[in-house]
Amino acid sequence: MSTEAVATRPAIDMARIRAWLPAYGVYAAIALLVLYNIAFTPNFLAWSNVRIQLIQVAPIVIVALGMALVIGTEGIDLSVGSVMALAAALIPLYLGYGVVAAIAVSLIAGAAVGVVNGTLVAKVGLQPIVATLALFVGGRGLALVISGGQLKDVRNPDLLFLGSGDLVGLPVLVWTAAALVLIIAFVVRRTVFGRRLLAIGGNRASSELAGLPVRRVLITVYIVCSVLASIAGILAVARIQSSDASAVGLLIELSAITAVVVGGTPLTGGKVRVLGTVAGALLMQLVIATMIKHNLRPSTTEMVQAVIILIAVYVARERKTR
Amino acid sequence: MTLLEVVDVRKAFPGVRALDDVSFTLRAGQVHALVGENGAGKSTLIKVLTGVYQPDGGEVRYRDEQVTFATPMDAQRAGISTIYQEVNLIPLMSVAHNLFLGREPRNRFGLLDEDRMNREASEILLRYGVTTDVRRQLGTLALGAQQMVALARAVMIDAKVVIMDEPTSSLEPREVETLFGVIRHLHAQGIGIIYVSHRLDELYQICDAVTILRDGKVVHTGTLAGLERIRLVSLMLGRDMAEVRREGATAFSGEMTGDVHAAPVLRVIDLNSRRKLHDISFDVRPGEVVGLGGLLGAGRSETIKAIGGAYPLDGGDVQVDGKDLKRPTTVAAVKAGIAIQPEDRKAEGIVAGLSVRENIALAVLPRMSKLGIVSDSRIDAIVQKYMTRLRIKASSPNQLVGDLSGGNQQKVLLARLLATAPKVLLLDEPTRGIDVGAKAEVQSLIDELASEGLGVVLVSSDAEELIEGADRVVVLRDGVVVGTLTGTEVTTEDLLETIASAAPEKNSPAPEDQYEH
Repeated sequence: MSTEAVATRPAIDMARIRAWLPAYGVYAAIALLVLYNIAFTPNFLAWSNVRIQLIQVAPIVIVALGMALVIGTEGIDLSVGSVMALAAALIPLYLGYGVVAAIAVSLIAGAAVGVVNGTLVAKVGLQPIVATLALFVGGRGLALVISGGQLKDVRNPDLLFLGSGDLVGLPVLVWTAAALVLIIAFVVRRTVFGRRLLAIGGNRASSELAGLPVRRVLITVYIVCSVLASIAGILAVARIQSSDASAVGLLIELSAITAVVVGGTPLTGGKVRVLGTVAGALLMQLVIATMIKHNLRPSTTEMVQAVIILIAVYVARERKTR
Repeated sequence: MTLLEVVDVRKAFPGVRALDDVSFTLRAGQVHALVGENGAGKSTLIKVLTGVYQPDGGEVRYRDEQVTFATPMDAQRAGISTIYQEVNLIPLMSVAHNLFLGREPRNRFGLLDEDRMNREASEILLRYGVTTDVRRQLGTLALGAQQMVALARAVMIDAKVVIMDEPTSSLEPREVETLFGVIRHLHAQGIGIIYVSHRLDELYQICDAVTILRDGKVVHTGTLAGLERIRLVSLMLGRDMAEVRREGATAFSGEMTGDVHAAPVLRVIDLNSRRKLHDISFDVRPGEVVGLGGLLGAGRSETIKAIGGAYPLDGGDVQVDGKDLKRPTTVAAVKAGIAIQPEDRKAEGIVAGLSVRENIALAVLPRMSKLGIVSDSRIDAIVQKYMTRLRIKASSPNQLVGDLSGGNQQKVLLARLLATAPKVLLLDEPTRGIDVGAKAEVQSLIDELASEGLGVVLVSSDAEELIEGADRVVVLRDGVVVGTLTGTEVTTEDLLETIASAAPEKNSPAPEDQYEH
């Protein structure tokens, strides 16, 4: 008798938690980690530490925003890291014409990659993972050819300001990421493009029958994703004050996908959680920082990350089959 | 000799009695047709016979013994082979490998004897009219040839019973002849064949017995030769010819709303699509409801989709208000004023994960926005308008469409179409799977829309709905218009007669044009 009572009580609570977890679990996890760090990590709340964490997470947030849009259409973009490298490789080449020209060329290169990805997915009909794999491999190769495989120092003060300057007490890098978050959140919630994107991700066949320009929307989504990756690439160069096509953006596609998934955006499309994605990136950053502060080995950190990803996917699955 | 027997089998799914005391007997050497409309229970019966489903009651007897097949593998081992519409072989392996998969001949070292396998495969396939190199990848063969390989494989596994589910749906006329040759050969060997098809001509050509299912019940079983075509069709559709004239059971007013002198709002001219549609032409005037009649697979849904730009065409024209849609795409069709309600509401209609509001506004977002930014107040206005007009029952406009009942989902879909202010409405089974109340509401809505001057094309498997809803019925069979019922001819008898009538001319190209590899 008593065991039954004990068994039924938590079952009710579990149902409630299951409904709540996918949407807000990531915020709860962040809160827990912050509390833990305040209690056990010396100097965690010191401004210098917060600042470093924000600077480190900014590029991941920017790339993850684009990834969230692509995942919202039931796609994936593996080429973001290579796009960052491409942007980084082009910067020193065109810096002679001024910062604006160099940035413009990098962004155009990113947009071009997006056009290729989007065309392969929307018109040729390749699966996104295969279509973007081509430029995942080829993009970095091209970046290495452009840069001659060498690390190039960048000394243009205007560009370096983007990477290490401050505005009203916060790094420019963080301002940029925050602005992009607001823009993408606005696009998803308030624009025709954003709503179409969600409809196409939710049900492509019915979007087509409803007369939506499905191909155009898909291509645009891949362009936006690549341009965001280019911005991240430019900022990476500005921050580390050099361009290294072989290192910039390496494996960032995995961090970005992790942030999106942990943030509660389903891989099945039709839903994009912009703030959740930011929170996902912050959570992963906090986990890594916490581990480092407590002198755990990088290999342990990676395993913990893996566990978090599994939990996020498991929680999302529960919601699907409710 | 009775080969396979099903006695009083029942099978229920949540909300449906898929099989209701169904009995069925297949004799050795018999070619037994199994017919019925969508949802009649044919697939469920086949799945019970092949071990995919376990019956809730009744028994399956095979060669005079009661059997239970726990898995499809059990049924296959016992000698019951099924050939599905889609070929279930491995396209990247060679023809011979596919034929011998799992039973490859071995040489004395226990290794694969490739020469023997290829030689035997060639010999076997020759009997099925397949003369290709058996070392080729199966996927490179024409679909008909692939189907022959599947059939050969099924028979090779010592099959006593072969079940064919719409075997000719993707075959060329000459391939059909080869298939029939093979079936006659199997028949002579005493193999029992269950043949599922909607093509009446084929049934009468090849089958000797027939069982007709409707709503999970056997409504007729016996020899095919003694059964008139029209009787077969009326049994399938569930329209007893004697009581056809009784009062209408639908919410349609039955009044003619079309103006016979008005210029057509929709002209469909010579639509052609490989194998599926042949020279389909008809007009729809403003205020007119034109029904598309015919059995499953006659090309009704394909026609609807082709008009809406969602089905690949080899030729033909679609005109709205006299203006041509050159190479129609869905975008162009919607722009021209064509709104299409697809047959499969869940897969192609609603976006289940979005709200009622988003679903209704989906097709008209540009009109609801300024510089690409949507105006919530404008959306709220149209959403409110259509939720009231169509009496959509949702807890709020923000409720997810996936959580609504079927009838309300359908209304949301219709609201989306109407929001585009269409000139032509293409409705494919608008009342399928919705409750009686919603059904009547949707039917009177169709009437109302037509009287407001919309041109409506209506597809419905419900003969009553089609007859009472439509002012005119264009009857299709095998992708060909076989007749048009107008005025007083729009009756169930005429519909059944037109569907059942033998094809006046074979609509197939001359033999020498086909099968060029």
